[in-house]
Amino acid sequence: MNYHWNWGIFLEPVKGGDETYLDWLLTGFGWTLAVSLSAWLMALMLGILVGTLRTTPSKPLAALAAAWVELFRNIPLLVQMFLWFFVVPELLPRELSLWVKQDMPAKEFITATLCLGLFTSSRVAEQVRAGIEALPSGQRMAGLALGFTLPQTYRHVLLPCALRMVVPPLTSEFMNVFKNSSVAFAIGVLELTFQARQMQEDSEQGIETFFAVTLLYFICAFTANRVMALIERRTRVPGQMAGQMAGHQTT
Amino acid sequence: MIELNNVSKWYGQSQVLDACSTRVAKGEVIVVCGPSGSGKSTLIKCVNGLEVFQQGEITVNGISVGAAQTDLPKLRAQVGMVFQHFELFPHMSITENLTIGQIRVLGRSKEAALAKALGLLDRVGLKEHASKHPGQLSGGQQQRVAIARALCMDPVCMLFDEPTSALDPEMITEVLDVMVELAKEGMTMMCVTHEMGFARKVANRVIFMDQGRIVEDAPKDEFFGTPRSERAQQFLSKILSH
Repeated sequence: MNYHWNWGIFLEPVKGGDETYLDWLLTGFGWTLAVSLSAWLMALMLGILVGTLRTTPSKPLAALAAAWVELFRNIPLLVQMFLWFFVVPELLPRELSLWVKQDMPAKEFITATLCLGLFTSSRVAEQVRAGIEALPSGQRMAGLALGFTLPQTYRHVLLPCALRMVVPPLTSEFMNVFKNSSVAFAIGVLELTFQARQMQEDSEQGIETFFAVTLLYFICAFTANRVMALIERRTRVPGQMAGQMAGHQTT
Repeated sequence: MIELNNVSKWYGQSQVLDACSTRVAKGEVIVVCGPSGSGKSTLIKCVNGLEVFQQGEITVNGISVGAAQTDLPKLRAQVGMVFQHFELFPHMSITENLTIGQIRVLGRSKEAALAKALGLLDRVGLKEHASKHPGQLSGGQQQRVAIARALCMDPVCMLFDEPTSALDPEMITEVLDVMVELAKEGMTMMCVTHEMGFARKVANRVIFMDQGRIVEDAPKDEFFGTPRSERAQQFLSKILSH
């Protein structure tokens, strides 16, 4: 292999500028965090709502929620990015369409966050639904029998148990958000993958570049994993083993 | 207090309740028994609207359960219910299990709710477990907490849906003792149970169900002494033979 190694490349200035390559990667890292965390927040809120609606006795609401999940789950993320970026603005009313295309601030960032948030929300919704459906049906009845309305039954009885149960599968989704955010480079968000490609072309040090990028993504996903593990420990219920919410104790 | 008039229910094509009628007067204790699949759990769940029925009428304390304008949560808050699998809320402490309904449904203050909860916990003999979680109690203890939770709402009547059938034999007595005491205090009770000892001790009437129908509805002495239907005779001889 005739590769010229240069691990000092990160501190060298970029061609025709006074930033270093490290600056590029760190700005990219910042945008990756911004897109991922905003998308995750959105995915959690929408996902819990949609997953809950899928389990309600109301047929229209459950059908609407099911349609939501299928829509965002069955189209490749990259295609969804292009749809939101190139197609959706064309379908808006004329005035709004022009504004989105020409004047909307942080257009790439907003589009990418919206797209990733909706995509992930469908996955969160499925986990939440599975969690609620895994609870004994008597829990819903016990809530209602006490005089709770259906929303109160969800708020005080079903969701606290279901959400505790789905923390482990949600951990994977949280980690996936960081990894999936790399797709945003396709619509021009200056996130980590975008900056990496730029650095690779500019410096011709591809191996060092992608080594650093890999490390940064790994740190994100690993931190997400640890945060969720902490939440799992903090919300553990005394006398209850993990996953036991789903079963009855008969002795 | 509770009145059922020709109540029928279907799951799709199959009929699970067939023109069931009975009345439970204030202070009466009724035991509902019958083979599994006879519809007794479904019937008792119709009384507080946890199951819907397609025909007939049920009134509780003068309020029609099936009527569209009935405020079901308000009605259910007045009807205590105890389930086969206890159904305590596993993520809440025992005290929270007993106070949340009082606070969120009845609008009581935290202090008043807690005082009521501790009083009832004391009554079922579990005061020292107040700060534990359901998972840390035995089945019998959980069921006693469940009874206390229902009583916290000052119900006008109580429904029991096989309260002892998920319990180990040595724990059945502690739950039945609480129920007997309740009955003696004059609580209106409708109990789905196979505990015939309990029925003999405190029931006013026994209802026997088979295939969704109320086959027998008789004062307990009559029911145990001379059951009219052959089906009830068979059932009794089976469960009393040991």
